[in-house]
Amino acid sequence: MDGLPTHRLIPDLVVLPGTREELVAVVRLLAALGVSFVPRGAGTGLSGGALAAEGSVLLVLTRLNRIVRIDRDSRLAVVEPGVVNAKLGAAARPAGLQYAPDPSSQSACTIGGNVAENAGGPHCLKYGVTANHILALEVLLADGSLVEIGSPSGESWGPDLVGVFVGSEGNFGIATRITVRLTPLPRAVRTLLADFTGLRTAGEAVSAIIATGIVPAALEMMDQSCINAVEDSVYAAGYPRDAAAVLLVEIDGRNSDAVVAETDVVTDLLRQSGARSVRSAATEAERERLWQGRKKAFGAMGRLSRDLVVQDAVVPRSVLPQVLETIAAIATHYGLVVSNVFHAGDGNLHPNISFDATDPVLKNKVEAASAEIMQACIAAGGTITGEHGVGIDKMRYMPLIFDAESLGAMQAVRRVFDPDERVNPGKVVPVHACREWTHARGDRVGSRGAAPRGEAA
Amino acid sequence: MTILEKVTALLGEGAVLEAGTDRVPRVAPGSPDAVALLLGTAHQEGWRVRIEGAGTWLQSDAPADLALTTRRLDRIPAIEPSDLTATAEAGIGLDQLRQQLADRGAWLAIDPPGLAGRTLGSVVSTATAGPLRHGFGPIKDHLLGVTFVTGDGRMVQSGGRVMKNVAGYDLTRLQAGGFGAFGVIVLVHLRLRTLPRADVTYVLEGAREDLTQVGEDIAAAGLTPAALELVSPALARRERWVLAVRLAGSPALVAADEAGLGAASGGGRFSPLRAEEAHAFWMRLAEGFSVRPVTFRIGGVPAASDELLDLLQHQLGDEWISASPAAGAIRWTGDTNIDRLQRLRRTLAGLEVPLTLERAPWPLRGAVGHFGAYREGVGPLVAGLRRTFDPGGALVVATEGS
Ligand SMILES: Cc1cc2nc3c(=O)[nH]c(=O)nc-3n(C[C@H](O)[C@H](O)[C@@H](O)COP(=O)(O)OP(=O)(O)OC[C@H]3O[C@@H](n4cnc5c(N)ncnc54)[C@H](O)[C@@H]3O)c2cc1C
Ligand SMILES: Cc1cc2nc3c(=O)[nH]c(=O)nc-3n(C[C@H](O)[C@H](O)[C@H](O)COP(=O)(O)OP(=O)(O)OC[C@H]3O[C@@H](n4cnc5c(N)ncnc54)[C@H](O)[C@@H]3O)c2cc1C
Repeated sequence: MDGLPTHRLIPDLVVLPGTREELVAVVRLLAALGVSFVPRGAGTGLSGGALAAEGSVLLVLTRLNRIVRIDRDSRLAVVEPGVVNAKLGAAARPAGLQYAPDPSSQSACTIGGNVAENAGGPHCLKYGVTANHILALEVLLADGSLVEIGSPSGESWGPDLVGVFVGSEGNFGIATRITVRLTPLPRAVRTLLADFTGLRTAGEAVSAIIATGIVPAALEMMDQSCINAVEDSVYAAGYPRDAAAVLLVEIDGRNSDAVVAETDVVTDLLRQSGARSVRSAATEAERERLWQGRKKAFGAMGRLSRDLVVQDAVVPRSVLPQVLETIAAIATHYGLVVSNVFHAGDGNLHPNISFDATDPVLKNKVEAASAEIMQACIAAGGTITGEHGVGIDKMRYMPLIFDAESLGAMQAVRRVFDPDERVNPGKVVPVHACREWTHARGDRVGSRGAAPRGEAA
Repeated sequence: MTILEKVTALLGEGAVLEAGTDRVPRVAPGSPDAVALLLGTAHQEGWRVRIEGAGTWLQSDAPADLALTTRRLDRIPAIEPSDLTATAEAGIGLDQLRQQLADRGAWLAIDPPGLAGRTLGSVVSTATAGPLRHGFGPIKDHLLGVTFVTGDGRMVQSGGRVMKNVAGYDLTRLQAGGFGAFGVIVLVHLRLRTLPRADVTYVLEGAREDLTQVGEDIAAAGLTPAALELVSPALARRERWVLAVRLAGSPALVAADEAGLGAASGGGRFSPLRAEEAHAFWMRLAEGFSVRPVTFRIGGVPAASDELLDLLQHQLGDEWISASPAAGAIRWTGDTNIDRLQRLRRTLAGLEVPLTLERAPWPLRGAVGHFGAYREGVGPLVAGLRRTFDPGGALVVATEGS
């Protein structure tokens, strides 16, 4: 399993190659035998992407964990796929640089997994997601050949194959060497905690901040259920328990005068938008504590019950308040506990459902509630995943947002990279819902009589 | 029936425009569905189609049976200032889009070279970024999704209208910079910013090496310009090289950066441009690239920019150059030939620097190709994608050259 508690599969074989050469040799052997395989990083994925079904070999990449080089002048790093996100950050720091994408799982997840999922994180509001930070890749294709795509400047050789690979969830091949962009560390940082008595006012404050043109480094929201879970845990951050929601706002920059001035503007706005109080972290320790609560919120919520489904969807920022109300209504309807902690600045929701997966009735309710939440987000103009990927969990929702032709196009692109669909089979694109495409090699992809748009698989 | 008669029967008389000088029929479908109908037919009939936006940039000279222009796809279905997103059809002129966005307080932070009426679709398809690439990233960073029609008339959507989206593979990035080789873009979902409340431009003239150093000092001092562009004398129409710095954003940020600029200018003195002067300066720069017949861009790491500028000067002459050294982008325009361009592309490939041919007359474009010098294994992937999205080869695009 990975970070998604609703799916478990047992692979036939697990291989942990120790070098790139070993990995290449294994993949070539699997190619010769026609056996499918699943690349796996740290297994923190939340959509079941790193699960290998019967007949597939699981290739665990965590031993390929060398930082090959950090180039201060060109502001880039070259790493193997198994390097842990936070380790890269730590290695770049002495050069005054950072690897900006910071998924909350950064102390465990790998850069290879981040590339495959196009991972985001709290600071992606200002700095962009993984796709904005990958310059070049060496990719091991299913047939065992290695190709280099992209260049150290980020300009592509021809079409942007790096852009196409990032977020392909391990379906196009294995990223064996990754060149990432590093950015200068901010010199000044201010962290604010604002608390609100209503979710709606908190949502409106988010829009008000964005409308000023100031781009906070992070703009995160937690609701009362999440606040209480954090405060009950060892990560207690001093969030006010009686608040309906808190906003964690960070302003950073290279110029402290500008950061101070922008922080003043944002503080005033938060107050005008109805914040009961706005607290500014006075020390680095206090800042870390505020962030610790946010980054460990999933862990804290995990203590509420045996299992936790971390959902992921995106809606236009302006409809956040309405969508949050709809989610609350869905939770009430099914009698479930749903806590929200999310990237409010870009409308990326994480409604989390606490439950006990051993109870089949509850499990069905969770599935049904998740589906309704996804439908509500789609109806609001949003999408089914902003950073956790489709994997196996969300395949059934794909036909709700893409028609048969578009799904067929995705499948056809996958087959350019992996004609036999041997890398991570059965993920992302629901094949039965694809319209038929003539594949580049002349064979057919997908099936006739595809499901019409809007009909869930 | 002639092609023209068939097209008229298919799309109506309104879709047929006056042909260009080479008498190739020019067709302007009025909707995305009409584009699909036309390309589906072209695929069946074996017509070769060249794609045009407003036709302001690439000479309409590719050999084809039919020119498809997007100029009637000029609607803006949605502008959402509070979400900072917009949806526009591919044939909308950038100037019109910009105006409508500004009326709602929103800004598309791109400034590609070209005339005001250039179409959104062509900017996406050529991925031509201008100086603002320094502060706001390449064109692809401004896209939330696109809808495109393949060479055999299939309509495909990718991405969506929200800020973050990882549902399905990212086909939007295939279209950005695809030069139409993977389909005709019909609809674009854009990520916007609020109009900057402060926006000022400073220029400094000097020797190229000195200005490169100033550029590095500015980065080291922690300033965050929207643009930091090094412009050759001929292009800037000045005596010497010019370093132009554009600061745009919140008044607080701009004021702080202005204060820091003096300290970082290495003894030289930046002069501020008045608003009209600044506008004229950036506009001249954008339009300057159309005067000479050949334009290309190369991408090298910041630390190599001096070396790359020397190389261009040595191999082609350096009169018309604009560079964002910190963003790793250099654009050259002038007159050259097939041989020299191919040689340059090979030399650059050895330095891990891609060269993308942005504009040239067909004989040169067809021979050299927009792209080339792929690494091992990349060619088959590109060819596979091309066959997937244009199985009959209906779209005439000089991808890799002949
Ligand atoms: C004065 C001037 C200077 C310029 N300088 C540069 C420069 O230095 N570098 C540079 O790269 N560009 C430059 N451009 C081009 C410009 O940035 C864009 O390429 C574009 O805006 C031209 O607009 P158009 O609508 O006239 O496109 P056209 O000239 O009609 O078409 C340009 C290209 O885009 C393709 N295309 C157009 N629409 C679509 C679509 N919807 N889907 C798929 N493909 C499509 C066409 O096949 C063609 O390859 C310049 C343009 C002008 C007028
Ligand atoms: C507590 C918690 C918090 C999280 N917070 C965030 C967050 O803030 N933002 C966010 O985006 N995600 C978040 N995640 C999700 C997850 O951490 C990310 O998706 C992460 O990128 C997965 O990395 P991994 O190394 O664990 O990959 P895995 O789970 O092992 O694999 C994920 C997918 O990547 C593929 N893959 C792995 N390595 C490679 C490779 N080298 N080449 C090709 N494919 C490969 C696998 O096949 C699989 O499909 C969170 C997860 C948890 C448990």
